[in-house]
Amino acid sequence: MSKFGDFGGAYIPETLVPAVEELLVQYARLSQESSFRSELDSYLKDYAGRRTPIYHAKNLSRQAGGAQIYLKREDLCHGGAHKINNTLGQALLAKRMGKRRIIAETGAGQHGVATAMACAALGMKAEIYMGSKDVERQRLNVYRMKLLGADVIPVESGSRTLKDAINDAIRDWITNVNDTYYLLGSAVGPHPYPTMVRDFQSVIGNEILEQMGTPDVAIACVGGGSNAIGTFHPLYDKHTRLIGVEAGGRGLETGLHSATLSAGRPGILHGMMSYLLQDDMGQVAETHSISAGLDYPGVGPEHSYYKDSGRVTYSHATDGEVADAFTTLCRTEGIIPALESAHALAEAIKIARTMKASERIIVTLSGRGDKDIDIIRRYYEQNR
Amino acid sequence: MSRIDDTFADLRRRNHRALIPYMMVGYPDYESTKNIIRGMISGGADVIELGFPFSDPLADGPTIQRAATTSLHNGTTLSTYYDVLDYIRDLTEIPLICMTYSNIAYNIGYEGFVSGLQKHGADGIILPDMPIDESEEYRYTASKYNMDTIFLASPNSTDSRCASIIEASNGFLYLVAVYGTTGTQTGVQRYAIDALCRIKRMSGNLPVGVGFGVRTSEDVRTYIKNGADAIIVGSAILNMVHGASSGMEAAIHRYVSTLKKSTTAVV
Repeated sequence: MSKFGDFGGAYIPETLVPAVEELLVQYARLSQESSFRSELDSYLKDYAGRRTPIYHAKNLSRQAGGAQIYLKREDLCHGGAHKINNTLGQALLAKRMGKRRIIAETGAGQHGVATAMACAALGMKAEIYMGSKDVERQRLNVYRMKLLGADVIPVESGSRTLKDAINDAIRDWITNVNDTYYLLGSAVGPHPYPTMVRDFQSVIGNEILEQMGTPDVAIACVGGGSNAIGTFHPLYDKHTRLIGVEAGGRGLETGLHSATLSAGRPGILHGMMSYLLQDDMGQVAETHSISAGLDYPGVGPEHSYYKDSGRVTYSHATDGEVADAFTTLCRTEGIIPALESAHALAEAIKIARTMKASERIIVTLSGRGDKDIDIIRRYYEQNR
Repeated sequence: MSRIDDTFADLRRRNHRALIPYMMVGYPDYESTKNIIRGMISGGADVIELGFPFSDPLADGPTIQRAATTSLHNGTTLSTYYDVLDYIRDLTEIPLICMTYSNIAYNIGYEGFVSGLQKHGADGIILPDMPIDESEEYRYTASKYNMDTIFLASPNSTDSRCASIIEASNGFLYLVAVYGTTGTQTGVQRYAIDALCRIKRMSGNLPVGVGFGVRTSEDVRTYIKNGADAIIVGSAILNMVHGASSGMEAAIHRYVSTLKKSTTAVV
């Protein structure tokens, strides 16, 4: 199935049709092959450090006052984020497909770093598109990618952020369609990317089920929505309340946010039909978030479907709530979360109070926050 | 018979091929758009392709991206776009094709989008990110308003894919001549000629246009010699406009009439 209800599909230039069809066929074949599965599993275990623990955040739970908050520690993955689950899967796929050249996009740089790592480990060359505004904001990650052997290509078009990096990666793919594999970082883009990225990230939700059974509530942050779909998909048919948290930025009323599912409407961008932040004319809106990883005007099509079906609730957290949740976790548990993940934490702290002490909330801590130290420092300097 | 069909039929009778220049509405500003279009018409354009800007034009190279950004900055809306259509319709019956991206059409609603264009005299639509697989509702709506749906084929499209694209297209089929975005590569590629010959063997009465990276009279002649029924020129024109301050109407007239000479008297 190429669609989730009305969402998804493949709205792509004709030149990409054969490439997407080839990917579809090869992914369907290889994902069923036991040698592929076992090679990926061994990389996930020995290279990425899976499985990741679940930590009962007792101090945080006590401070929130209500339900027990557990953290799925994706921040402990190699590279410091869940992104490696997907890049290892796709890089292995690309290698088996005989593609020699890998391109990717990155916003904050986490997917770029995870791509560079997977490609280095598998002996492939990665070229990574990154908006020039993000290159300035995330110098450290740019250097990390270069150290790992990847080329970083600054993107000067449009808003010079993640959405434009995806545009230019797609333009590169159109130009070099015969030998290039596009390693997309989130559960977005044309079919089969949203399904494929979800499958590779579902290791998160599957481990949650093994490790703690069925939680009462599962919470994850949503930008494109890869860690969230990896958390939610395995829990879809369980009695777990699922909550996705988008970037409320400076508040939905200001227009400076990235809360696509709360404030957008269906549209077509990056090869998919999904909710989209856009103006009256259909021009894609500029977005804002304290966390570069959520700063994206679209969202994965499966989330759009989950929203309309009502299976998942999508809320949002403002920059201020996120900064508070960020420091709360630092102080109560000695864990520095990524600003993206702090969105999910903010929601957990909010709803724990309304729940019984015997109930359990799992928060997917999608990444660690070392990359965000400068941003949070500046935020407090400006907002004190 | 649409206005586009009539134009191709007439050209065929005279053993001519069509020259289709492209212009982004609102670039570099409204008055200049109109001047440039006058230059195209007087220079002998057979059809005009009019771009409506989209914020994220992923099939376009830097030249058209820049034009779209400028056009949006100048405040282009559908109503200003309609004004330009009306302006041209007051001058001539030349077929007009709207080129934009799927989200613009989807956002307004296919019905509103197609009917609005029809009311203001447009004859066809090109949406480069609308493959035939996703196009059922769009095509159904377009057919209600006799609006031609021009789909794109690529050198790597398989024969069976080409057959479906031919089936879904009205007016003409648009063959993308390069692996890449608009205007980024110049010169005629061997694989483009192969694809053109292959598609011409399948296309029957449907004309085949060639675009992306066409710039010189020699490019035009090469494609026509190999069976092209129409040549689309976009980025080369916008590059002339970029940085020019005056005299654009005359310059565009000269350029279009030079290329037009290569689309006539083909044996």
